[in-house]
Amino acid sequence: MQDPSTGPLATQATSSFTEHLQRSRPELLPFTQSLPAGMVPSSPHATTIVALTYAGGVLMAGDRRATMGNIIASRHIEKVFPADQYSVLGIAGTAGLAIDITRLFQVELEHYEKIEGTLLSLVGKANRLGAMIRGNLPMAMQGMAVVPLFAGFDHVSGVGRLFSYDVTGGRYEEQEHHSVGSGSVFARGALKKLWKPNLSEENAVAVAVEALYDAADDDSATGGPDPVRKLWPVVYTVDRSGNRRVPERDLAAIAGAIVESRAAAGREA
Amino acid sequence: MTQQFYVSPEQLMKDRADFARKGIARGRSVVVISCADGIALIAENPSPSLHKIGEIYDKIAFAAVGKYNEFESLRQAGVRYADVRGYSYDREDVTARGLASVYAQSLGAVFTAEQKPFEVELAVAEVGVTREQDHLYRLTFDGSIADENGFVVMGGLAEQISDVVNGAWEPELSLAGAMRLALRALATNKEVEELPATAVEAAVLYRASESNRGSRRAFRRLLPDDMTRLLTEES
Repeated sequence: MQDPSTGPLATQATSSFTEHLQRSRPELLPFTQSLPAGMVPSSPHATTIVALTYAGGVLMAGDRRATMGNIIASRHIEKVFPADQYSVLGIAGTAGLAIDITRLFQVELEHYEKIEGTLLSLVGKANRLGAMIRGNLPMAMQGMAVVPLFAGFDHVSGVGRLFSYDVTGGRYEEQEHHSVGSGSVFARGALKKLWKPNLSEENAVAVAVEALYDAADDDSATGGPDPVRKLWPVVYTVDRSGNRRVPERDLAAIAGAIVESRAAAGREA
Repeated sequence: MTQQFYVSPEQLMKDRADFARKGIARGRSVVVISCADGIALIAENPSPSLHKIGEIYDKIAFAAVGKYNEFESLRQAGVRYADVRGYSYDREDVTARGLASVYAQSLGAVFTAEQKPFEVELAVAEVGVTREQDHLYRLTFDGSIADENGFVVMGGLAEQISDVVNGAWEPELSLAGAMRLALRALATNKEVEELPATAVEAAVLYRASESNRGSRRAFRRLLPDDMTRLLTEES
């Protein structure tokens, strides 16, 4: 604990948890290690995330697979997380780093809220995430990139907004829909055909699940719905009242309907 | 060159304690009450933005009386301590006991080593699964720490207010009941029977917030409107 009696408290004071860690406990940050030269052993990678806007909000969905080379490292991994009450983030890339960056980002937002007594603006949150991804750039150059997708509800303009990032921390606002990860090429193709303006929340969830289905169809690193283990994508919606995880039961029904309609069509996908 | 007079350690400590006590006695009071629905924190505070009550962590809240700049720096330090601890271990590993003992050490060090002691008194509250598992710690300017059962009263008229609360407190009190008791107790030495909701700052640590409110964060600030609604719904 920082001793509040030490004189220059005012100059040390920061509302950012990351800055506080950089000063007092840098070893806890996920991205400050300097790595020795050499090959990084293979580690689990998180794959496809899709996000799209709908009438009154925005949603994000991720499949449940992590891969390590040709091996499936996990069938149960969750890659979409609530960042705070009004925003969610999904991660693709090196899973170990990505999950720690997510945790750091969640604490960062909550810490700011507690210290300042008010929420950060949506763009403020998006910028903080960009700074963290930039902090991870040395690791990305060693082959351990983390690429997030960020979505939240903007109370000022009253709409859901989407932000994508590159490995250098560049932040880009996306319109309508976006996707990251190894299956994103296929997911984006599907989204272009399935997404329509003013989708209802229910239809938007179905569109996201179908886009992931198409990604899993063509990308070996993306997992499709798994009726044997009862594994469905993780889907979060964010609207004016906050974020909400779509229940497994609804997702099972939606995934079932997609598989059924594809089977009924009896064509090559 | 000026000659330094000898002052006995007893006298030195007594002077410091008197100085701190005087500072605290000038301030308005804070009441923290553990009840069936959670922990109610109520401070007499006309300012809607300069808070005396704050959230520290999922189940932990902070209340203070005394000098604003001093307890605000302690509150921020507490939030930093809790967040670093929760981030490096796990959220479950942040406890009110740990936080209170760190506060006690800081206050004790300032009391003996610094030019002047902190003119503050703090309460650290942690809501448990049942009322028996609630923790209320009271910390004074010299770093002494007390584990209180049921309620904590701090500030200017602490003794008189404490008598009122003690007379009516019971473990089965509802949230509205605890709020009403606090409003009545804080009106001690005033012409009104009960303080209006606009004259106080209030917050709650809800019990079982995961199942009842869908959030692991139990703390919620109650605005005057929320207070009025809560008090009228109940009666």
